[in-house]
Order: sequence, then C-alpha cells, then structure tokens
Amino acid sequence: MRNTVDRNEGSISEKHLDYAGAKMGMWIFLFTEILFFGGLFLLYSVYRVKYLADFHSSASELDIVLGTANTIILLTSSMFMALSISSLRKGRKGRSILFQLITIGLGVFFLVNKYFEWSAHIHQGIYPDSPVLLDMARGRIIFFSLYYVMTGLHGLHVLIGVAIIAVMAAFTQRETVSPLDFVKLENTGLYWHFVDIVWIYLFPLFYLIT
Amino acid sequence: MPAESMTTSERSYLQEGGRFKGVFSWIFTTDHKRIGILYLASIFTFFSIGVIIGLLMRLNLIEPGRFISERTYNSLFTVHGVIQIFLFIIPGIPASFGNFFLPIHLGARDVAFPRLNIFSWWLYISGGALVILSIFLPGGAPDTGWTFYAPYSIRTTSNVSLAASGIFIVGFSSILTGLNFVTTIHRLRAPGMTWFRMPLFIWSLYATAWTQILATPVLAITLLLLILERSFGIGFFEPLKGGDPIMFEHLFWMYSHPAVYIMILPAMGVVSEIFPVFSRKNIFGYKAVAFSSLGIAFFGYLVWGHHMFTSGMSDISRVIFSLITFLVAVPSGVKVFNWIATMYKGSVRVDSPLLFCLAFIFLFSIAGLTGLIIGTLSLNLYLHGTYFIVGHFHYTMFGGAGFGFFAGLHYWFPKMFGRMFNERAAKIAWLIMFIGFNILYFSMFLLGLQGMPRRYFQYLPQFRMNHILSTVGSWILAAGLLIMFGNLIRALFRGEKAPANPWGGSTLEWTLPSPPGRENFRETPVVRGGPYTFE
Repeated sequence: MRNTVDRNEGSISEKHLDYAGAKMGMWIFLFTEILFFGGLFLLYSVYRVKYLADFHSSASELDIVLGTANTIILLTSSMFMALSISSLRKGRKGRSILFQLITIGLGVFFLVNKYFEWSAHIHQGIYPDSPVLLDMARGRIIFFSLYYVMTGLHGLHVLIGVAIIAVMAAFTQRETVSPLDFVKLENTGLYWHFVDIVWIYLFPLFYLIT
Repeated sequence: MPAESMTTSERSYLQEGGRFKGVFSWIFTTDHKRIGILYLASIFTFFSIGVIIGLLMRLNLIEPGRFISERTYNSLFTVHGVIQIFLFIIPGIPASFGNFFLPIHLGARDVAFPRLNIFSWWLYISGGALVILSIFLPGGAPDTGWTFYAPYSIRTTSNVSLAASGIFIVGFSSILTGLNFVTTIHRLRAPGMTWFRMPLFIWSLYATAWTQILATPVLAITLLLLILERSFGIGFFEPLKGGDPIMFEHLFWMYSHPAVYIMILPAMGVVSEIFPVFSRKNIFGYKAVAFSSLGIAFFGYLVWGHHMFTSGMSDISRVIFSLITFLVAVPSGVKVFNWIATMYKGSVRVDSPLLFCLAFIFLFSIAGLTGLIIGTLSLNLYLHGTYFIVGHFHYTMFGGAGFGFFAGLHYWFPKMFGRMFNERAAKIAWLIMFIGFNILYFSMFLLGLQGMPRRYFQYLPQFRMNHILSTVGSWILAAGLLIMFGNLIRALFRGEKAPANPWGGSTLEWTLPSPPGRENFRETPVVRGGPYTFE
C-alpha cells in the first residue's frame, strides 16, 4: 500500500497529497470517538454493577433475532466497504462504486430494522420518561435509557456514515477519489469499521446478557 | 540556524488575502496566520465580556443586593465561568499563538489541514454565539455554576441546554484544533527539525493537543447527556430514576481536570520561549522541560477525583487521588526551577515580555503551592467550596495562563502585526495589573481561611473587610488591563515599524520579516541546530 501512494518521504509535503498525514488525522479522530462512546460505556458498567438483576431481566425483552440480524448486516456491510477500497486500488472503478452502494444499502437496512425495533418498544410504552417505564424498577429505567441513548447515538453514526459513503460514491464517479488518491475512501472505510466495532460491543451488552 | 530568507518587497500576510476581498478574506481564509489573528480577536472579545461580568460580581459583593439581585448574581458567576474557561482560556494560547506560530516554528507553510482549521474557528464562533445567546433569551441565563452539577442543572428552568450545546460545539473546535496540531507536528517538520530541535512552545502545544483530543470527547458526551436529560428525562443523573448525580461529577471532571492543563501548558510553553531570549542563554535542561510537559499532561488525567473529595468517595480512592495530585507538582517544579536556572548568569534584559514571565512564575508558584494545600485530604475537607478554592484557581488560570498569554502577546506582537508598542506603557500596565491581581485574589485566600463559602450572594459582617479589599483590587486590575490593551491597540495604528527581530530571538519566526509573508518561508528552511542559540 505504502509504495503505491506514499509520495511524501520527506517530512515537509504538499498538504493535499500527504497520505500518511491524512490517515493519522483520521485515526486521531477515531480515538476521540472511542472516548466519546467511552463515557457511555463507563455509565453502563457502573449501573450494571449496581442493578445486575434488573439489567439481565430487561435484556430478555429485547428482540435477539433483530439484534443478530443487524449484527450480520453491519458486518457484511463492513466487508463490502473493504472490498470497494481494494477494487478501487486495482483500478476497477465501477465495481468499487457498486460495493459502496451495497454498503449504503446495508446501512439503511440496519437503520430500518432499528426503526422497527424502537417502534415496538415505544408502542409498549417503553421510552425515556414514559409512565410505563417510570413504574418499573430503577435498574430497568436506566437499562432502557442506556439502550435508547447508546443505540441512538450509534444509529446517528450509521446515518452519518451512510451519507459520507454516498458522497464518496459520487467522488469515485467523478474521480476525485481515484486509484491514485483514495485516502478519502479509505478514511471513510476506517470510520465505517469503527461504527461496526461499536455495534459489536453494544450487541452483547444489550442483547446477550440475559 | 537557517539562512535568512527575506526581502522587504514581499507582501505580508496582512495584505495578501487570497481569493476573497475585505472581511471575507479573513473569515474564509485558510492561512494559519490569519486564523490565528481571528482567534486572537474573538478570544479577547469574549475575555472582555467575561471581565465585565466579573467586575459586576465584585461590585455586588461590596454591598450585596444593592446593585444586583440574587438570581442575577447566580447567572453572573455561571456565565463568567463559562466564558472565561471555555471561550477564553481553553482555546486561548493554542488557538491564537499556536495557530500563528506552530507552522512557522516547524518551518512549514501551514498546518496539516488548513480547511479544517478555519472550520474549527467557525465552530468556535458559533458555539460562543450560543453561549452569549443563552444569557439573553427568555428563560434566563444559566444559574448552575460553570460546572453544571446535576441534579440542579436538570431541574432549573434557565437556558442550560443552550449554553451546554454552545460548549459542546466549542469542544468540537478544540478537538479538531488538537488533531490538526498533532498531525502537523508529526508530518510537517522542516528538514533537520528533529523532535529535540523543536522550540519548547511546540512541545507544550503537543502535550496540550493530545490532552484536547483525549479529554474533550468526555466533556462532549457529558454535556450531551445533560441535554438529553433535560429534554427527554433519561435519568442517568437523576436519583429518582435510578441515576447517580455523582456520575455526572466524575464524567465532568474527567475532562475538566485535564482541561486545567490545556489552559496552563501552552502558557508554560510561551514562557519557555521568552526566558532564553531575554537571558541570552540556552534554556536550562531542554529535555527536562520538554518531558515535564508530557508528564503534566499524563498525570493530569489521573487526578480528577480531587475535585470530589467531599462528594462521596471511598477513603482509598481519596488517598490515591491525593497522592497523584502531589505528583503533578514534580514536573511543574522541574519547569519553574529550570526557568530560574536559565536566568542564572545570563545577561538578563528586563523588557515587558520578561516582566510578564516573572509575574507568571510568582503567581503560578502561589497557585501551585495552594494547590498542594487543597490537595491534602484533611485540609480539603475544611477548605473545599470556600473562597480559598476561588483564589487558588484564579492564581492558576489568570495568574498562570492569563499572564503567560499576556507575556506571549507582548513578545510576539511585533512579529504578528509588524508594529512596536510603547514599552514604558507596557511596563506600567504590567505593574498595575500585578498589584491589582494580588489584592483581588489574595484576599480570597484569607476569606476562604475564615470560612467564607464560594458562590454566596450574601455574607456575614466579619467577611466585609476582605470583600471590599478584593473589589478594590478588581478595579485596579481592570485599570491595568485597560492600559495594556489601549497601548497595544494604539500600537496597531500608530506604533513604529517593527524590525524582523526586535528581541534577538533565535527561533524560526525571527528569520521572517515582521509581519511574515503569506507563504511564511520562500524556501523551506533547513535546520541545523537547537532552537536557542545565542552568541
């Protein structure tokens, strides 16, 4: 990878062509994302220790089939994201765009599933500050609030990711992103994998701890 | 040092605006120098608002209730804190001098991501506007204190959500600036600019940038949760719904303690630049000063609990937090002794930048030593939540970071604007500010020891004397600030033309004309030695 694109062996370089610099910036941004979600994972850990039984009983109310389906969908989309990058690097522009569109499709599919999942809970009257929820044990209130906030924030990241990949597909079409300069697409891929990894943690923490 | 590369005919960055004309050549610029100036102007605008609010608070305290109502007073200390911390001192030095001098110090043309850089300024201004807006919109200015402690911050009807969103956005700007700086330092050093030839200002910016990157997201999520708590009642910090307000404090201080080092480290970097130049001597212990910046940044993550000794925490955690708090004093002490050792046997020239640095050492030492007093568990129980704390952090933030900022302002003013200020007026301003500062804030230590709680609108008669003293100090300090800014603003228009190197500095910015040209270096400099070499 490096030998094809890293045209900047010296330490001073043109700003737009600094491949390693662009990658570095993206990795640092992802660190900040980890810490951003980290605050929520911290709250999750503390409240799970405090309300162990409530967390386990609430988790059994989540739809494990939809959760598993969404995990598979997101993992598959990550694979297509990676394929689109390697296609582009081999110079196959059309295939790269196709794979990006599939990634977008899977991302949207994930969100649609999430929508039905949330709707089902809201239909039961379970949403933050709802009378039904406030009648429940305190641990359950916190569990469902964490569920909404964490999957909501994750869903927002999926949505942003879908939008960015759409822009990338347009860029690839216009050859702003090309086999010679694909760092934007690669950074988008990094972001998409990050979103995927967050879900890999959310899935067991909410669906599998019954 | 690199060969001088300058001509007098070259147009400076102030004249060469790029694609746009007039005001747009500033607000749409991608030139790091113009962005630095944008930040400088906006930061000092917010600073003046903060100062005026501070003066109003002090005014209330000579005669509580006569000028200002209780509710307004609560809003005043909240907004004062929010503005001075999030809009003045945190972006402060890195965003203004950092943007201007980081690429120049490294021998680069710009930062790694110039467009991201101007985007950061836009975020900063939008966030700042929201904070200011929250003062005036119906609902009332936030009245929670700048810490937004739950559960009061959840229940108050004032514009907490708006102010919190403003800070959230400013936080993004801070993260992006940090990201930009780290990448720039790694990727854009000129040939020969090895890590240990970088000016110490860059080392301090590097440590600061990592802290901005790693701490600010935690503040972002905390404020986001506060907003969600207020809009949707998620209950994370609400005891009635199973939440825990102490968790808010933990999350808040996990950012806000490292943030203290975001404020002070760049100021330490500035004075590390100034001491060698005005002592005509290489810095004493370059590597020790460089690594102590990283040390402070590292330990800074591990001490947040010392804000919460009285909030409810196990004894063992309190002992550990207290111990690590003491450890922070070690790298800070290393720096102070190295600056003093730099002056030893140097040929010291006492110009205004050095005076501000000396004030910095004096005030920061008081700040550090009182920090050890309140970091001690037994004393903390007595002093927590009193004026002693207020005195302590003003000595750190204003006496340390603020005076460091002013030192840099006088040191780099000729380079940034190409004009000299009146040295005599600068010295007078310095003296008045130094005296006013100590009267204003030292009396707070005394008040705290007497037991006066912070944030109280009203007080018992025995505190009156020190409150009056403190308020008088605030007037003296304000007069000093007026003279200082008046002198600098006058110099912008009427000052003599500044030579390229008025102070005899040896870092790369002094090889450029004052003010520098648009592209900084006409040819990329090749660095052959350390940053501080004097004949």
